[in-house]
Formats: sequence, C-alpha cells, structure tokens
Amino acid sequence: MSTATFRIWRGTAQAGKFEDYSTDVSEGMVVLDAVHQIQAQQANDLAVRWNCKAGKCGSCSAEVNGHPRLMCMTRLNQLNLAEPVTIEPMRSFPPVRDLVTDVSWNFQAKLSIKPFKPRPPDAADGTWRMAQADVERVQEFRKCIECFLCQDVCHVLREHRLYDRFVGPRHLVYAAALEMHPLDVEHRARELKTSDGIGFCNITKCCTNVCPEGITITDNAIIPLKERVIDEIYDPIVKLFRIFRS
Amino acid sequence: MPEHETFDHDVLVIGAGGAGLRAAIEASAAGVSVGLVCKSLLGKAHTVMAEGGIAAALANVDDRDNWQVHFADTMRGGQYVNNWRMAELHAKEAPDRVRELEAWGALFDRTADGRILQRNFGGHRYPRLAHVGDRTGLEMIRTLQDRGIYMGIDVHMECTIVRLLKSAGRVSGAFGYDRERGRFKLFRAKAIVLATGGIGRAYKITSNSWEYTGDGHTLAYDAGAELIDMEFVQFHPTGMVWPPSVRGILVTEGVRGEGGVLKNNLGRRFMFDDIPELYRSQTADNEDEGWRYTQGDKTARRPPELLTRDHVSRCIVREIKEGRGSPHGGVFLDISWMAQRLPNAAEHIKKKLPSMYHQFKQLADIDITREPMEVGPTTHYIMGGVRVDADSQMSSVPGLFAAGECAAGINGANRLGGNSLSDLLVFGKRAGEFAAKFAQSRKADPIDSRQVEEAEYWALEPFARGTGGEGPYQVQYALQEMMQDLVGIVRNENEMQRALEGLASLRERAQKVGVGGNREYNPGWHAALDLHNLLTVSAAVTRSAIERRESRGGHFRGDYPDKDVAFGKINIIVRKAQDGRMEVSRAPIPEMPEELEQVIDKMK
Repeated sequence: MSTATFRIWRGTAQAGKFEDYSTDVSEGMVVLDAVHQIQAQQANDLAVRWNCKAGKCGSCSAEVNGHPRLMCMTRLNQLNLAEPVTIEPMRSFPPVRDLVTDVSWNFQAKLSIKPFKPRPPDAADGTWRMAQADVERVQEFRKCIECFLCQDVCHVLREHRLYDRFVGPRHLVYAAALEMHPLDVEHRARELKTSDGIGFCNITKCCTNVCPEGITITDNAIIPLKERVIDEIYDPIVKLFRIFRS
Repeated sequence: MPEHETFDHDVLVIGAGGAGLRAAIEASAAGVSVGLVCKSLLGKAHTVMAEGGIAAALANVDDRDNWQVHFADTMRGGQYVNNWRMAELHAKEAPDRVRELEAWGALFDRTADGRILQRNFGGHRYPRLAHVGDRTGLEMIRTLQDRGIYMGIDVHMECTIVRLLKSAGRVSGAFGYDRERGRFKLFRAKAIVLATGGIGRAYKITSNSWEYTGDGHTLAYDAGAELIDMEFVQFHPTGMVWPPSVRGILVTEGVRGEGGVLKNNLGRRFMFDDIPELYRSQTADNEDEGWRYTQGDKTARRPPELLTRDHVSRCIVREIKEGRGSPHGGVFLDISWMAQRLPNAAEHIKKKLPSMYHQFKQLADIDITREPMEVGPTTHYIMGGVRVDADSQMSSVPGLFAAGECAAGINGANRLGGNSLSDLLVFGKRAGEFAAKFAQSRKADPIDSRQVEEAEYWALEPFARGTGGEGPYQVQYALQEMMQDLVGIVRNENEMQRALEGLASLRERAQKVGVGGNREYNPGWHAALDLHNLLTVSAAVTRSAIERRESRGGHFRGDYPDKDVAFGKINIIVRKAQDGRMEVSRAPIPEMPEELEQVIDKMK
C-alpha cells in the first residue's frame, strides 16, 4: 500500500480553490475510489456525482489532470502518482459545489431537437421490419451515456459560450440518431441550421477524442448532418424548385 | 421554522428508472399533471445497468414460445410463491410493452427477417430476451426519458423524498429536499407512485449504485403500508471480484447465454454436478448439448450454467468454500474457449458483449476473448417489496402505488433474468394508469403542517450534532459488513439473531450521527439521512428471513436447507405496528384458478 496526493477543487458557485488530500492507494483503484475514500475519511461534505461506477451512466464526469474523463473509468495506474493528481469540475458548466456542476442547460437544449416520428408500421400486426445493418449504424449514436464530456471540451461552448446558439456535440449526436433512424420520417435540417447552430462546428474533433463510449462524433454524426443540411437547404435545384412552386 | 417550496401535482412519481418513467408517461397520457422526482440526474437511474434484455414472449426466434410458457417459467423460477395474477399479467402484456418501446424509437437487435431478436437467458425455456447488445437498459431508459420530456412532465432532478404525508388515512403528499441546494420541497399530490428500486446498498458486495438504499420500501412502511417477501434477496452469481475496487460490479448473464462456462480451479465445469430435480428434464447433461443450445439448436437443452441465479450462486459459494475457487476468491467464467468452436470467436464475442469486453479491459486489464474472468456472487436485486394489488399496483394505503423493484409479487422467491425490465414496463404502465384514475376521482387533501414540521426537524438533526457526532459513512460501512456476514447467501437462526442485536445498536449509533458543512450538495448529510432507510429494510429482511424456516429461491437457510411444503403456501408480511415495532406475520397465498394450474402442469 502506498499513498498519493489528490489536488481537488473545493468551492461554491462563487469561489473556490484546490486543496490537497493524501490517501492510500491500492491495486486496481480508479480516481472515483480515491475521491470516495477522501470523502469518507477526511471530507464528508466533498461533493461529487456518481452512480454506476462502471462507465455506463455518465455521472462522474470531471477534469483529471486537465483531461475530461469519467472518474470511474480512470485508473490510477494510468496516472503519474509521483505528482499530485488534479481533479476539477467540468469547466464549461456553472459550478455548483466542488466537483458538481449545473448541467441543466443540456436537458433544455435537447428539447430543441424534434422528437422521433416513425413511418406507419410495415406489418398488419403493427410492427416494423429493419435490417441489422441499418440498425447498427444508429446504435453507435445510441451508446451515448450523456456524460457531457463532449460538451465540456467543445470550444464553441467552452471558449465562446454560445449556449443560446449552438446545441453542442451531444445533441448533434442525438439529432443524428433520429435522422438516421431507419423508421424516422421527421425533417430536422432547418432547425439544425438555425436554432441548433450546426454551422458553428468547425470539425476539430475534440469531442470525438474525449468520448468514453468511442462514438465517432464528428465523422459519423456531425459531418453527415452538415451534408444533409446542405443537400436540403442549399441544393440549387431544390432551391429553384421551391421558388417556382411558391 | 425552516422554509420550503410547495409544488402541486395530480400524480407524483418517486423514482425515474424504467418503472417510474413508464408510470409518469402513462399518467401524463391520461391527462393529469405529473411530477417526477429522482435522486440523480434524469437518465442515470440504475436501469441503465441492465445488460441482458427484456423478457417477452414475442416468439420471434422460437415460435413455440407464448405467454403460457413465460408464465410457467416465471412461476417455476419463483418457486411458486409468486403472486400468480401478477405473473399472468406480466407474461401476457410484456410483448405489447416491448413493441411500444420500438414505436417510441428504441432500436433492438434484429432477426434475419428484420424482427426483434431474442436471446437465451437463465430459466427461460426459449430465447426470449429482446436486447441491444449488452446495453439494453440504457436503450430502454433513454427511449422512455426522451418520450417523457416531450410530454411536458415536470422533472425534479436530484431531489430526495424523506417522508410521505397522509390525511384521513390516505396519501396527500411527500416531503423532501433538493440535493443541489439543500432546500426543502413539499409536494402535494392526489396519488403517489413509488418506483425507487431496491436495497442493495444494505450489503457490502453489491452491483447496485448509491441510490439503492430502500427509500420506497421505507417510505411505504413508515406510511403504514405492508411489505411482503422481504427475505428473498437475489445474489447474482457473477459479479467482478478483482481488483478490489470493482468488487460486485455486474457481469451479465448474457455471457453464459452466449456460451460462457463456469469452471473451478481444477478446470471442471462444476455446474454439471448439481442439477435440481425441478429442472433436470430441461437441462443438458453433456457439454456438447449445452453448446448447441447457446448457438440456437432447438433440439438441445440449456446448459446448467443457465440454471436460476439462486442455484448458480450457491454452487459458486460451495466451490469457493471447498477450496476450488480462483486466486481472488471467485470461480472462472470463460467465454474465450469459444475459439475452439468458432472461427472468428474474438470478433464474435466483442460484437455480442461489447460493454463486458470494455469493462474487463479497462477495469481489470483482462481480455475476455483470450482469458477467463474471475467472478463471484454479488447482491443484485430484492424480490420483496411493497405489497400491491396485482391489477392496479395500489398498496394497502389508499392512493399509494408502487411498481418495479420496490414492489413485490411477480418474482416470488427468485427473479429470472430479463423479467425485471419487463416488470418495470408492464407494472410501471399499470401503476401510472391507476394512479391517474385515482387522482381524477378525488380532490387534493389538506396537508397536515405538523407532519411537515416534524420531518423538517428530523432532517436537520445531523447538523445540530455537528462533526462531534459519529461519521455517517462509518455507520453505513458497519451495517453493510454485518448484513453481508450474517444475513447473506447462507443464513442461520443464531447469526440472524445476532444481526438483530447489531441492528439495534447501529440504530442507536445512527441517532448520534452528525455532519459538518452546510446544506449545499453535502453527501455526508445525504448519507446520514439514508441510514434510516437502510436500517429499516435491513431489519425487514432479517426478521422475514428468521420467520421463513425453510430454503426457497433466493432465501437459503443453513439450518433448514430443504423446502417445506407448508411455507410454499404462505408469504411473509412485515408492517409497522401502532407502537412503532416491526410486526411479522404470515399470509396464505390465494388459490390459483384452475386454468393457470393447468398451464403450469402442462409445462412441467
């Protein structure tokens, strides 16, 4: 058994600072274990969100040594324990207390995406038929655990703070899952361009790099959506057709 | 007097996992105003952890399946102390609930002809579990969550309810605090649905998250409702055992459904050594037949690894106790052996069990396509809970409903894998429907302000004692340790009597727990308040387990290792007596209608 130092952000909505805690570490421990140990032994009121502790719920997002990570899936043996390990809250969202941030904006932003609208059932018994290959393409996006690490790292939100004009990578993945759903017949291109602000994404792929589920956010979700927006809104033939029709 | 904010809803749903969300959607569709309270953020509930699938007799993969077979499987798995009416409704309605999820956007894996694919699971005669790889729970919760948010349900996230309020013998509201700011909230409601999940955090080794502190069980009990079957706790046979920090995390039964085998340190498939009489005719007697079953051969019988969870757990405990365990105190679960049978085994495993592959790779440095896993039993689920009317899900307190894990009846002495997700859907819907009807039939009752004041005073006590009091986590750990040791997989009268003494002294310690800091997002304070729930459900489990002097399903008595016909005719009930004591009694199981008896006989 050895010990390591964890430099943890302690603070409120108004102010805060890093505090050092040293605690025992043992084989197989993850960052969240260290935080829990400190919470139980030294700082009962250390605020942290968590649930499943197995990388499936996306609650324990934080910045570990400056990298957006799930604390439950970050093993201590991947970190240099000779130096203090810094743990701070996601910086793109308003702080609540310690490692907890106010992520409620994300739940609002989702509502700007039009909901699922299926085509009429294929069979008389009210069910549909879909090929596994078509389902798989969308299943990648449906793996999203809503940890919001992609939102945290997106410079449109993090640096430029365009929360009222851009829904962020998470919700573009959500829109992609609906747009490419084999049964969906809704049109979302207009909103993607306007209220959802897809044009702000300049495909730096930071979101893809931090996704704990390995979703290829930029290449598989955002770029095809951008193409769809162009096809449906900027296509010159469609545009001419619209002019004549009106 | 501390301040509180007041909210009005026709129906208040407490808990936003599968059952709570499904109840909220149904009540909202009925046109009443709905409030949904959850301890975590929306979409993080423990349902996301469900991996295997949703059991429903769709008969897409094997056309011999139908509701009767599913009903008979559920009753056999529950060792016939189930509420047969719930088991019947569940088997009949589960297919529609699954198809409804698809209509709301869920994307299940497909059969070759494009229908919903179904997989094998323990105790189910035919491939029956609709699934999405091994992340079915996430698919289900996201589908329900997204359906719910567009319906305009009011969601109160990160809010804990500490007390139900009553007027004239029926529920009139609930009182709690928001975790973020620590402010008190009062909810006035005409009907309340409890959907708070289980009690796994009463044990040291568990697959359950921090939320599983028996809140719904305790809220109902304190409000005067009856709890039933509390002795039946399910220990899932396969939790991770190494490294220590991941001990208890679930390894899906899907691993065995896809062909994974259990071995001891001699390399022997020990599950072949002990096949119970009740299942002998349905179980393979050689390795080849078992393999063929997992690969879809309809003429083959299932391998003994897919016997019910209670039995597999006990076999694993026996191997470990008798010195045939793995290096870290488990046994071996091996799926990598499939390479001997399949050409692209590694790819196949990664595709069928992606999150298991990921979980072992990241948390234990184990590549499951190349080496065996080490697994052991972990506290997973409680069959017992709030006693409800089968059709409406209403408890013995008017206006108080319960659904999902915190309600009881469908599973009897042991739950089959896959029957939980379907239970959430079937009875979540029913609870929402009947709660809405109940709410529409009455006016809101006035709130008794004394009850509110008393709850506020109680909730703030830990701050009054300050950091000079005992730490909340130390009491919690002591409780978990004790329940694991004395009321675990194998139980004995004298150990459980010691547990009762232990619970009494832990109750005294809990009353001295103090916390520092303020009310804003203070986990120490939250843990202090949760202790009351953990202690209450632990006592209910222990007292019920003492009362059932036999072994059945998830309840195994070392001092009464056999089944007793007389106990097969009763359920054990726990309620709070007038003087505050916990009262234990027995209730006869109502006689099953002739036609259901015949269904069971036919399937034997």
